[in-house]
Amino acid sequence: MLTTVLHIAFLLFSLSVLMNFWRLIQGPDLPDRILALDTIYINSLALLLLLGMYQNTQTYFEAALLIAMFGFVGTIAAGKFLLRGDLIE
Amino acid sequence: MDALNQLPAWSQWLAAFFILLGAIFAFIGSLGLAILPDFFTRLHAPTKNTTIGIGGIVIASILITSVQGSINLNELLIAIFLFLTAPISAHIMAKAALHTELKMFNRTKDFRQEGDSYEHILPNKKDMEP
Repeated sequence: MLTTVLHIAFLLFSLSVLMNFWRLIQGPDLPDRILALDTIYINSLALLLLLGMYQNTQTYFEAALLIAMFGFVGTIAAGKFLLRGDLIE
Repeated sequence: MDALNQLPAWSQWLAAFFILLGAIFAFIGSLGLAILPDFFTRLHAPTKNTTIGIGGIVIASILITSVQGSINLNELLIAIFLFLTAPISAHIMAKAALHTELKMFNRTKDFRQEGDSYEHILPNKKDMEP
């Protein structure tokens, strides 16, 4: 039963990432694209955690943690660039 | 994969519930990002729902690894980090959108008053003068 539920969750998260990519390409302005990138990294992090559950390993945990940290840094850098026009003043 | 189906039944039901909860919440968040009309409504959907989605997945992962052996709370780090950082990044993106003065959907209310400026987030004007 648990593997079936994991398959459904893989399908839902993959559809989510596809919709985020559509917003990333289509998005009319820059903040839309930053928001789409932010959501893409969170969804791919969830996909990594699901893969770790599916294969019953702890290997993907560090990768997920690194994606969380660097994705946050990237989002803040892009937002600050839109606000200030400059990152290091 | 076989090890997953040999877990005790109650842990399988609980883990399946949390995985489905997280996946459905994240899917609704991304659907909102895709179909809502302007940026300020689109900002609401993913920044809140993906937090709950990650929370559900992390709880299920902790449950599965803890039932098989010793209690393992590593994944909680990811959940705590995302719970701390998701509001900050949403705040930064909303400030950037206000600064670039995006078009608003006609039912999105702008609560800024006349003379209520956002000068404190803009570059200092004295520095800009030659």
